[in-house]
Amino acid sequence: MADEIQTSDTSDEESSRRDFLYLATLAGGAGLGLAFMWPIIDSMNPAADVLALSSVEVDLSPIEEGQSITVRWRGKPVFIRRRTAEEIEQARAVSLADLPDPQADADRVQRPEWLIMVGVCTHLGCIPLGQKTGDPKGEFGGWFCPCHGSHYDTSGRIRKGPAPANLAVPQHTFLDDNIVRIG
Amino acid sequence: MATKTEFKNPVVRWVDDRLPVFTYLDHEYNQFPMPRNLNYWWNFGALASVVLILMILTGIMLAMQYTPHVDYAFESVERIMRDVNYGWLLRYLHMNGASMFFIVVYIHMFRGLYYGSYHAPRELLWMLGVVIVLLMMATAFMGYVLPWGQMSFWGATVITNLFSAIPWVGDVIVTWLWGGFSVDNPTLNRFYALHYLLPFVIFAVVALHVIAVHITGSNNPKGIDVQVPRDTVTFHPYFTAKDSVGLVAFLLFFSAVVFFAPNVFGEPDNYIKANPLQTPPHIVPEWYFLPFYAILRAVPDNFIGGWVTGWMGVTFVSAKLAGVIAMFGSIAVLFLLPWLDRSKVRSARYRPVHNAFFWVFLVDCFVLGWVGANPAEGMFIWIGRVATAWYFVHFLIIIPLVSMIETPRPVPASISEPVLKEKA
Ligand code: HEM
Ligand code: FES
Repeated sequence: MADEIQTSDTSDEESSRRDFLYLATLAGGAGLGLAFMWPIIDSMNPAADVLALSSVEVDLSPIEEGQSITVRWRGKPVFIRRRTAEEIEQARAVSLADLPDPQADADRVQRPEWLIMVGVCTHLGCIPLGQKTGDPKGEFGGWFCPCHGSHYDTSGRIRKGPAPANLAVPQHTFLDDNIVRIG
Repeated sequence: MATKTEFKNPVVRWVDDRLPVFTYLDHEYNQFPMPRNLNYWWNFGALASVVLILMILTGIMLAMQYTPHVDYAFESVERIMRDVNYGWLLRYLHMNGASMFFIVVYIHMFRGLYYGSYHAPRELLWMLGVVIVLLMMATAFMGYVLPWGQMSFWGATVITNLFSAIPWVGDVIVTWLWGGFSVDNPTLNRFYALHYLLPFVIFAVVALHVIAVHITGSNNPKGIDVQVPRDTVTFHPYFTAKDSVGLVAFLLFFSAVVFFAPNVFGEPDNYIKANPLQTPPHIVPEWYFLPFYAILRAVPDNFIGGWVTGWMGVTFVSAKLAGVIAMFGSIAVLFLLPWLDRSKVRSARYRPVHNAFFWVFLVDCFVLGWVGANPAEGMFIWIGRVATAWYFVHFLIIIPLVSMIETPRPVPASISEPVLKEKA
């Protein structure tokens, strides 16, 4: 009703200016509202102090061949394994066609002896077994995730089970022969 | 509210003239007409409301003693159990109250499924109910993380990781949910904030649900509309009394659990403090999530995955994503149910074929729960797949098909008719 009365004593031009102002205000308001959502959402992302803890240095000298250690990096376990010659051989022998997530062993290690990867199953985040000597290592001699049965090989690549991807290799740098920095 | 109630008490009248809360209560809970043939399956809505209030009350009391920090959470819950006066009671009521809440609400839902309470004109009422159960799941999941035991931690890890299945943005979303690179202190804090908030959201949706049921009126075992005043009795004293009987029976059962077997529904592993470097050998969710957990794990490795890969050249829907879609889909179909079932007759009492399939479906849900509780190995893999397939076949094929081809038995002309005939 109000609209009708208005249009009857204002020109068409004026009503279209009114429409424009109305739409512009609405769009401006919606834009500001959406822009304000970003700080709200982003506040839930990792904070600066969490990000600051993003690298660790590890001394490799006490690890014997065939042994593994687990270190904590960004709240997650990182598996560091000093592989035996046999394990390296096994990892290299696999044809890429047999892999659900094809990746050559050489692309996963900087020094073949040292396999360094995030020990978090790529399925739903459990920690695979295989770090300790008595642990089940799965059908491919690497790691086995007991949660839903994922098998990883001696290069940490997924071979069987529900996990979609290989165990992730974190960014790492060898500072010298015995010290590696992860992150 | 057509007419205002006249109150004798002058104070009540003074308030009511300015804000008609007393008139509202009188209309909705005193004189409100209820179908006279409701059976005890109609008690569970009232029971659910009682449990919700109890959860909020005990929850607030626990919150006064609880510390949401990874270093103190577990100890603060142990302190509640040992040192706080009646802390053990508050916690056992809250912990088992969550189980009771799901028992009551699941029965309430199966009641709706059996008697066709989701049919027009109650579609929105039913959908609000599905929203409530979703919110309850989120609330209970986050509550279970708070004591920071092994199951708390690993349950949170596995469930939040589900979101990593979302194509492209999955990992970004998971990091955002965690507020870090794993489930850690920021995660615990936000779960606590949300666990405190969501029950009040549930409360608001329950209010809408109750307003909606007071617009359409309750369904009843015959599933036919109320036609004449003779078909109804007033809410008070008839259903206040009937609900009280049910409430006492329920409280007996609840007390038996709280006082004699307070940990039957729990996992012993949750009395071990969370250890981010060691996964327990067998992760199981709380019993009320088991059927959904079974559905999550049921989708074979390369079911849609292999198929879409071949077709598009990229794995768009991995097995992980397919499982997640199936799990959320199992709830989503409930939203569609009012339109999947096209029968003109509501109650399964007059629908022999639909009735038979209802019982098969109920068994299917128990089978899924049983599979969810067991490791995904050997025969459980196959039973889980068949039961999951049946869950969707039931809603997407059986229900629509039966509703179109079945000839229902004749329904009585009115709610009061058979009763009056018997008397004659
Ligand atoms: C819809 C209602 C609610 C449900 C389903 C629910 C569920 C749960 C569950 C399953 C737990 C874990 C119990 C355990 O294993 O120890 C829990 C813990 C907790 N809840 Fe709730 N809750 C609800 C409402 C609330 C409210 C309203 C508050 C606070 C105002 C609250 C505060 C807490 C606290 C502080 C804990 C940790 C202490 C403990 O673990 O016993 N809850 N809740
Ligand atoms: S989390 Fe490892 S198999 Fe599911």
